[in-house]
Amino acid sequence: MTSGTPDPPRMGFFTDTSVCIGCKACEVACKTWNEVPEDGLVLSGMSYDNTVGLGASTWRHVAFIEQPVSVPAGGADGVRWLMASDVCKHCTESACLDVCPTGALFRTEFGTVVVQDDVCNGCGYCVTACPFGVIARREEDGGAHKCTLCYDRLSTGMEPACAKACPTESIQFGPLDELRERARLRVSDLRDAGQDNARLYLDDPSDGIGGGGAFFLLLDEPEVYGLPPDPVVTTRDLPAMWKHVALAASGLAAAAVALGMRRRA
Amino acid sequence: MSQAGQATRRRRSATERRARRGGRGGRGEQLMVPDAEFTSYYGRPVIRQPVWRTPDVTGYLFLGGLAGASSVLAAGAELSGYREVARVAKTGAAGAIGLSAVALVHDLGRPGRFLNMLRVFKPSSPMSVGSWLLAGYGPVAGAAAVAELTGVFPRAGRAATVGAGLLGPAIATYTAALICDTAIPAWHEGHREMPYVFAGSAASAAGGLGLFAAGLDDARPARDLAVAGAAVELVAKRRLLARLAGDGTQNLAEPYETGRSGTLLRVAEGLTAAGLAGAVLGRRSRLVSAASGAALLAASAMTRWGIFEAGMASARDPKYTIVPQRARMNGATQPSGSSP
Repeated sequence: MTSGTPDPPRMGFFTDTSVCIGCKACEVACKTWNEVPEDGLVLSGMSYDNTVGLGASTWRHVAFIEQPVSVPAGGADGVRWLMASDVCKHCTESACLDVCPTGALFRTEFGTVVVQDDVCNGCGYCVTACPFGVIARREEDGGAHKCTLCYDRLSTGMEPACAKACPTESIQFGPLDELRERARLRVSDLRDAGQDNARLYLDDPSDGIGGGGAFFLLLDEPEVYGLPPDPVVTTRDLPAMWKHVALAASGLAAAAVALGMRRRA
Repeated sequence: MSQAGQATRRRRSATERRARRGGRGGRGEQLMVPDAEFTSYYGRPVIRQPVWRTPDVTGYLFLGGLAGASSVLAAGAELSGYREVARVAKTGAAGAIGLSAVALVHDLGRPGRFLNMLRVFKPSSPMSVGSWLLAGYGPVAGAAAVAELTGVFPRAGRAATVGAGLLGPAIATYTAALICDTAIPAWHEGHREMPYVFAGSAASAAGGLGLFAAGLDDARPARDLAVAGAAVELVAKRRLLARLAGDGTQNLAEPYETGRSGTLLRVAEGLTAAGLAGAVLGRRSRLVSAASGAALLAASAMTRWGIFEAGMASARDPKYTIVPQRARMNGATQPSGSSP
């Protein structure tokens, strides 16, 4: 950025799963724009979800859940479809970024979290630290990869490919503050309409990851969609870990002193 | 629609299923409180399986501990005049840290870029801290061994021995923070006890190496370290499992008690106890001392391997991620801050 230009506001995704139709246009748009390689064409047996999950070469993933429901009036059994497009959460307190030993992961001027592929040495620490199982190492090149929230498109004022391609505005892109406001209105509308299970997920800056840069409106518990119900960034406990490491190391150092002082007879 | 019933599978825990089948399984597996039922997305894991491999990373956890604690032993033995043990420990430290550096580089997805570890220093990343520790410790431990074995620069060698002895404790214990600072439930929730397990296991291994390789006349510092380390390890591991078991509803001790990890850790515990007893009772027998030392070395390696496998098992099954988080949300159990 040139000096004098104010920082852009924090940008993010609001994924409103109540209007997702499971078309997977987001998956296709993401793969196409970002030239993400093909990573397997298999039948999973998981409803219409043959993508299975996010990974090094899958940065948008549409989940399909078929829930049996009984209709009270007619007594007939039916199915409730849940569809949801998952993505990297671009956490406020981001475990992958915290633990990355090379500085390959960094926070952009848009508040998003991005891997610099030319720096990553494939240590895999981010993979183990992510509470959502998002970031992964690609076998072919040994590096860690995930959603960039289309950093290149954002830099030129465009919206991310998945949000652009979404035909129902299930994936909404914009300044995070505005998205949160819009999401609160939407969830209260849905509840007024009788959708008692509608709830926001990762919208709260006081949650375990400081809120997501990407957050969701869900129609059931997070774990139904494969999401952790109460994720907490691991580095919140790191000060306690260092304290116990220091105490344990002090014990070893004391052992050295004790051994050194017991002179040979 | 045939898939409808399976879309969100409600599963009973392995423990409960075992109990219903009649409680087959080793000790520690028959908990009285069954896990809560939980929901998942087609039984798939929530978090990702670590890409870290055996023997690279398991070997490193063991060798790093062996090296760091060997430097502790070397410094202590050098200052108190036990020349032979000092020689064994310095050689062991340099050899172990050299091997672990190879293992660490080999485990990278892009080994040619291992020097990128030293691009930045980040206290928020135990791997970054560890890389800098290794960069400092490795050459010093190597210099101490070279001076010892060749007899050149004795004063510099002595300084390097003391320097490695100062850095050794950090090398032996930071790896606990390395594995606990992750989303892996069986590692993360043990973060208050893991450093003591690792310190004890490292001391036990280094003492074991000294007992194995040094003569009876000279073995006292190695024996002292081995006995203290093995005792700490046994106690700390019990405390770790007690913490992870919690009130039984979270059951994060299960991955440590079942499967391959359970087998490894049970054998390791037996070997540690046997090595400890042998080190104490067999102090007049060269053979018993050497066998005890070997048992302690093997126990330390198996402990690290077992802990590694327990973490992998806890990443594979979504219940270990979902059930404790649900319990935390429902306030059914203490937040993980309570002390044992």
